[in-house]
Amino acid sequence: MRPLERIEGREKVTGRARYAVEYPVEGVAYAAAVQATVGRGEIVAVGTAAALALPGVLAVLSCENAPEVNAVDDGELALFQSRRVSYRGQFVAAVVAETLETAREAARLVRVDYVSEPPDVRLHPGHPGIYKPDRVNPVFPADTERGDPEGAFAASAVRVDATYTTPAEHNNPMEPHATLAVWDGDGGLTLYDSNQGPSLVRDTAAEIFGLGPDRVRIVSPHVGGGFGSKGTPRPNLVLAAMAARAAGRPVKFAQTRQQMYSATGYRTPTIQRVRLGADADGRLTAIVHEALEQSSTVREFAEQTTTPTRVMYQAPHRRTAHRLARLDVPTPSWMRAPGETPGMFALESAMDELAVAAGIDPIELRIRNEPDAAPESGLAFSSRNLVTCLRQGADRFGWAGRDPAPAARREGRKLIGMGVASATYPAYRLPNRATARAEVDGTFTVRIAAVDIGTGARTALTLIAAEALKAEPERVTVELGDSDLPRASVAGGSGGTAGWGTAVVRACEALLPMLEEDRRPVEASADTTAEIEAQEELARHAFGAQFAEVEVDVDTGEIRVPRMLGVFAVGRVINAVTARSQFIGGMTMGLGMALMEESVMDEEFGDYLTRDLAQYHLPACADVRDIDAFWVDEHDPHLNPMGSKGIGEIGIVGAAAAVANAVHHATGLRIRDLPITPARMLTAL
Amino acid sequence: MDSADTAGAAPPPVRAEITLTVNGTGHRLGVDTRTSLLDVLREELGLTGSKKGCDHGQCGACTVLLDGRRVNACLALAVAHDGADVVTVEGLGGGDGGLSPVQEAFLECDAFQCGYCTPGQLCSATAVLGEAARGWPSAATPDVADEPRLDDAEIRERMSGNLCRCGAYVNIVAAVRGAAVRGAAVREAAGTEPGILP
Repeated sequence: MRPLERIEGREKVTGRARYAVEYPVEGVAYAAAVQATVGRGEIVAVGTAAALALPGVLAVLSCENAPEVNAVDDGELALFQSRRVSYRGQFVAAVVAETLETAREAARLVRVDYVSEPPDVRLHPGHPGIYKPDRVNPVFPADTERGDPEGAFAASAVRVDATYTTPAEHNNPMEPHATLAVWDGDGGLTLYDSNQGPSLVRDTAAEIFGLGPDRVRIVSPHVGGGFGSKGTPRPNLVLAAMAARAAGRPVKFAQTRQQMYSATGYRTPTIQRVRLGADADGRLTAIVHEALEQSSTVREFAEQTTTPTRVMYQAPHRRTAHRLARLDVPTPSWMRAPGETPGMFALESAMDELAVAAGIDPIELRIRNEPDAAPESGLAFSSRNLVTCLRQGADRFGWAGRDPAPAARREGRKLIGMGVASATYPAYRLPNRATARAEVDGTFTVRIAAVDIGTGARTALTLIAAEALKAEPERVTVELGDSDLPRASVAGGSGGTAGWGTAVVRACEALLPMLEEDRRPVEASADTTAEIEAQEELARHAFGAQFAEVEVDVDTGEIRVPRMLGVFAVGRVINAVTARSQFIGGMTMGLGMALMEESVMDEEFGDYLTRDLAQYHLPACADVRDIDAFWVDEHDPHLNPMGSKGIGEIGIVGAAAAVANAVHHATGLRIRDLPITPARMLTAL
Repeated sequence: MDSADTAGAAPPPVRAEITLTVNGTGHRLGVDTRTSLLDVLREELGLTGSKKGCDHGQCGACTVLLDGRRVNACLALAVAHDGADVVTVEGLGGGDGGLSPVQEAFLECDAFQCGYCTPGQLCSATAVLGEAARGWPSAATPDVADEPRLDDAEIRERMSGNLCRCGAYVNIVAAVRGAAVRGAAVREAAGTEPGILP
C-alpha cells in the first residue's frame, strides 16, 4: 500500500482536534479531587462546611454522601464507596463548582480526618506476603517448567546467575485522564472521555451506574496518548459522572498531572532473577526466569514479566515463575508492552552476560539458540524472522567493526560502546464488528468503535478498507472513537489494527457483491467472532533487533545515546509513515526507561514521590539524537487478511537492554538496575 | 497534595477586567485573578487548541506566543497580561485557513502522533525560527557572538521545553529543520527582515 499521511493531521496541527474535556457544552461545571493524605487507614469524618461555604461551590462528594454505585472488577472504580483508604493519594472526595479555580480552592478546604495505619509499601524479596498468582496478565499460567532446570543449570559449562531490577514507571500520556460527563433529561449518560476502548468503557460505565449499555455513549475521536493507562476506565470517569449527577450540570474533570501518579496505573517495579546455563559453544541447556512484582490491596494486577522467555530461545530445561506482593500502593496496570518490556530487559541483559562469559558474539549467541518451534508450547511459529532482523540490523549499524573487548574505545572523556538486544511481542487478534457502506456519491463509510490514540489507526483502517473495496483511500471515510459505532476491542496488546482491520475487511468484502445491484446507499456488516475462534493454533509473535551506541562520560557518569536502530519483523506494514513513527516512538520510550524513568516510592508515607514531569524525567528533544527503524519483508498468511502483526509496543521491547549492553561494552561495567542514571553510573565507575 | 491540615479560610475571589487580542481578535473579559492565560483561552474563549498537559510549566503543551515571545500559558496569570497580544495554534496559519510553513512541515514529517503536545510544539517551533533569525543564541550555540545556525543540535536544544510522550522528536527536528529552510527562502524572496513569525 502507498503510505498515507495521517488523516486527522490537519485537525491536529490547527488545534481543531477536540480531546475529552474540550467539547463546548452549556452550563458546564468543574470538579476537583481530594486525595488521601495517609498511606492506609479509615476515614473518620469528612468536613465539608468550609468548602460548601465558598460561593460557587455546587456539591462535595465523599464516602459520607456519595450515591451507591455497582461494584465492577476494578476496585479503583468504587469511588467514595467505602471509608477504607487503601493507599496514599487515593481519591477520597470531590468538589463540584462553577469554575476551575473555585473547585480547586474548595478541594483544599475539604477536611478529611483519618485513623491512620502504617502503610506497607516496600517491595522486597523477603516480604512475608509474597504469593503465586493464579494467572498473569491476561490469562497466562503464573509458572511453567520443563525438564530439570536446576540440575541442568548446575551442570552447565557456562553459567549466568544475575538479578535485575526495573523501577515503577508511569505512562504519562500528554493528555491527562479526563472526562466530560453529560446526563440527559431521560437519565442517559454521554461521556466525552480519554480512553483506549469506547465499547469497553461504555460497558463498564453502564454497569457502574446501573444503566443499559444503550443508555451510555462514549465519545473519543481524539485521545492524547495512553500507552496502556487508558485501556480501562479510570476514577476520573466515575468522578465526573457522579459529580454531574450531583450538580445537575455537565461536569468536566481532568486529573492533574500530579494525580495521575496515583490514579491512572503504572508499570510495576520488578525484581528478576535470571539463570542461563549453556555449553561451551553457547547452546543453552537451562533457562530460569523468576519475577517478583507488586500489586495493590484494591485489585490484583499480575504482570506477565517472564512470558517472553517462554518464546525466545531453545533450551531443554527451563522454568519461568511470577510472584506477587500486595502492598498499600496504587494499582499497577498496563504500560507499553507490559511483561515484555521489563522481562526482556532482564533476559536480554543476561544473554549479553552469557555472550561475554562464553566469549561469543552476542548476535551469534542468539542465532545459535534460535528454536525450531515455540520452546514451551511446542507450537509452530506462524513466522519468525528474528535472525533476519539481527543480521540486517548488524549490517546497517556497522556491527562488524565492533571490537568485542569492553572499554576498548575511548575518545577524550567518553567511553564508547555498542549493544544489541532482541525484541518480541505477541500478535493478538480479538473479535470485532464493523460496517461498510456505499454512499450515493460514490464514497464509502466504514464504521467501527475503534480508537486512534496517536497510533495512526484511523489512517491504517482507511488504507485497509480502501484495499478491500478496491477504491482510492480518498473515497473512504472511517468513523471511529464512539461507542455508538459497531463494537470494537481495546487499543491494546498491539492488536488494534489486526482485530479492527479483520472486521473492516470482512465488512468491505460483504459490501462488494452488493454494489453490483447499483442500489445506494447500501451497507454490509461483519462480526469476526467465529472467524477468530476458528483460527489455527499457532505461535504468532513479532520479533525485532535493537541496537544502541552509547557514550559514557567517565567524569560525570552521563550517558548519551548517539544512535539507536531497530529492525523489526512484523508481517506486512500497513502504513510506512505511521509505522515508522510508532517504532521510533517506542524506542524513544525505551531510551527513557534505560536512562531516566523512575517512580520513587515514599517508603514512610506511601505513594510515589515523583509526582510531576520535573521529577519524573521522560526523554526530551535534546535526549534523542539518531533513532531509526526498519522492517524486514515478512509474509505471514496465518495472521489476518492484511498479514500484519502489531507494531505499537515492540519498539520499546529490548531497547533498554540494548542501551545497558552498550554501556557494558563501553565501560566493562554491568548495570543491572534501571534506570542507568549518572549517579548510578558514577558509583559504578 | 491537598492537606486538611493546611486548609485555611479563603478570601473571596477577586475579578478584574482585561483586554486581550487573540489571533487578531480583540476581547474584553472579566477574569478571576487566579485564572491562568491557558484557562482563559480554553474555558472562556473556547480556544482549546492550546493544551493542558501539566499546568506547571513542565511539558510545554500550552505554549503560545505572548507579545511575540513563546511562553507557557499555564504559568501566565491572565490578569497580569492586560492588553497583551496572543497568538495560539489556531492563529498560526493566518485567517484564510492556510497553514504556516511550520504546520506544513509537521504534516510532511509526521512530527506528531496523538497530537496533544503538537500545538505547543508548533508555537514553540515558530518562535524558535524567529529567535534564531534574530541571532539569539542557545546553550547549544558554539560561539554566542556568531549568528546561530539552526542545525539539529540547536533545534533539539531549543525545542526541549516541549515534551512529546509519543516520541516524535526525530520527526519534530526534521520538521523544524525543513520549516527553517522554507522560512529563510520565503524571507529572502520577500526581502524582509526577520520578524516574529517566519
